[in-house]
Amino acid sequence: MADPTATRVRSVFGSWDAVVLLALVLVAVVGAVTVDGAASPRFWRFVTLEAIPIALIALPLTLVVITGEIDLSVASVLGLTCVTVGQLWLWGVTSLPLVIAVAVVLGALLGAINGLFVTGFGLPSLAVTIGTLALYRGLAYVVLGDRAVANYPQSWTTGAIRPIPGTVIPWMILVVGALAVVVGLVLHATPIGRSLYAMGNNAEAARFSGISVGRTKFWLFVVTGAMSALAGVFWTLRFASARADNGTGLELAVVAAVLLGGVSIFGGRGALLGVLAAVALLGTLRNVLQLAYVPANTLTIVTGSLLIASVVGPNLAGRARERLRRRRAIGGPPVTTATPNPGEET
Amino acid sequence: MTAVEATTARPARTSGGARLVNRVFLVRELGILLALGLLVAVTAIANPRFLGAQSIKDLLLGSTILAILAVGQAVVVITRNVDLSVGSILGLSAFATGSLFVASPGLPIPVAVLVGLVLGAICGAVNGGLIAAARVPALVVTLGTLYVFRGIDYRWAGGRQINAADMPDGFLRLGNDTVLGIPLLTLVAVVVLVVAGFYLRSYRGGRELYAIGSDPDAARLSGIPVGRRVFFAFVASGALAGLAGVLHAARFGTLDANAGINSELNVVAAVVVGGVAIFGGSGSVYGAALGAVLLTTIASALPVLGINPFWQRAAVGALILAAIGLDRALAIRVARRLRGRSSHG
Repeated sequence: MADPTATRVRSVFGSWDAVVLLALVLVAVVGAVTVDGAASPRFWRFVTLEAIPIALIALPLTLVVITGEIDLSVASVLGLTCVTVGQLWLWGVTSLPLVIAVAVVLGALLGAINGLFVTGFGLPSLAVTIGTLALYRGLAYVVLGDRAVANYPQSWTTGAIRPIPGTVIPWMILVVGALAVVVGLVLHATPIGRSLYAMGNNAEAARFSGISVGRTKFWLFVVTGAMSALAGVFWTLRFASARADNGTGLELAVVAAVLLGGVSIFGGRGALLGVLAAVALLGTLRNVLQLAYVPANTLTIVTGSLLIASVVGPNLAGRARERLRRRRAIGGPPVTTATPNPGEET
Repeated sequence: MTAVEATTARPARTSGGARLVNRVFLVRELGILLALGLLVAVTAIANPRFLGAQSIKDLLLGSTILAILAVGQAVVVITRNVDLSVGSILGLSAFATGSLFVASPGLPIPVAVLVGLVLGAICGAVNGGLIAAARVPALVVTLGTLYVFRGIDYRWAGGRQINAADMPDGFLRLGNDTVLGIPLLTLVAVVVLVVAGFYLRSYRGGRELYAIGSDPDAARLSGIPVGRRVFFAFVASGALAGLAGVLHAARFGTLDANAGINSELNVVAAVVVGGVAIFGGSGSVYGAALGAVLLTTIASALPVLGINPFWQRAAVGALILAAIGLDRALAIRVARRLRGRSSHG
């Protein structure tokens, strides 16, 4: 489902990344000027705290979506790791590194199950991860029921959200930043990254050109599971609470950020910068609106509309341009390449 | 895979292959029925009261709304699309019904039903319009409208709650009355199911939905108005979600802005468990409805069997994985059989 119109759209808008970044700056500046408190360091601390888990999951999910797959089970993996952290604490495990290690390994295993179903058995990832969304969340309920584990040591909970010395920004953002650099380099500067786009555009062709599509996708699911687990540990410690329903519905927020960031749901297109900008944009917008006493439900409407606009806008603009181009081409020799793909004709 | 899809789209052709495929998919629906029967039998043996009149009524009532949503979703999924906004449409329509009765208590019930249907159809038309006209992926658009419709619902309700006392008795009775032991609501669902099933099976427009789901490009090239058909699939799904909203209001009486929240993935789960391929082109609304009944039955059977009800969600997840795994195995088998036939003449 590669969409040549989309490439043309990019030249209309410059690049989508730039559009999202611009929107982010606009929201931040307008917010800072018009809304009381939206310029304060405290404000940015909250925005960052909120964005950290979403960014942690969005990083690997971007790669998954670029290869043409999807993982809807991420929030359930997060929930199950939250519960695991709580259960480990109840069992008397007092070593935080051990807890983190167990959680991340568990997340990787859960991701491996997704990957096995998708690449090993050849099942559609949308259906598989809707299944594991229910399964993993269900297991979280099986472990903790409706109880909550909340009595973690102070050093764990404040440690997770401790600011970078001299600022109020939580240090975890540095971890996110480092991971983003790694993922960005892999995606945009290595043969592996190019192969991800290739398999998103045409898995069959990618396979024939010697890319091990199955194995790559499998490991992407594993990494997505591990990163969701890391987000789960952070979630537990930030809210000092492990409950089975932690992060319910977060999968749609993360997917919304990835798609708003310009990644095509059909794969083969998108960049990491746009996704990170979209995560920041949604977080900033939410907090600005909250500070402006706009009811939270308006934000739901704004998020949804942004998401729709992010696919409809470029598409319509591209089609209009295409029509213009074809009108100009009339009279000239028959330009068969002017037909972007049969799917665009009616 | 393509062989499977192509032949299921034309049941009129009576080649051996088509008959085989039909049989397999009949087996698929019988499979769910069998699983359902087994579950009910085991549960009834554990506790005979599970088959009591009240318990069966609760079970049917519980699956009705999910089944109606699943029928609409199946129509959309068959065209290789998905509608994630159904839960939000249900919420909007349920609250609209409640507010309508608060504003004018004497309103005839059919009018309320009609308003719910039309409201749902309008929401569906928004989805379908964006998807068919702007040609953007359904998953993204309906994820967006999931937020938008729910947001509108929140704004409108603004934390208010509508109680059963605000609604006319006749309307609430609609939600609880039975005819010969079968709840009225369930009869509504059965009518919806039969009409949708008949249309998909025996009408040209219905068959074209399968053709679109099997291969949208081929469908377009063979002259099927793909955009229009997909648009109407979404309108149908929206209208059914609207109807489900009215029934939700009648059944529960108490309404706030959260009606039907997070139900979209349950609906997709019911459809997938019911044997509708997530990439379109095969399956039936009967299967989807059976899937909805099976999911609801699991939920009510677990406590009766003495299993921690917290296992319910996990069981549903495992069931989805089993169902798609089974479909895949069946599809591979059919494809191999068909290939075998054609190579031997």
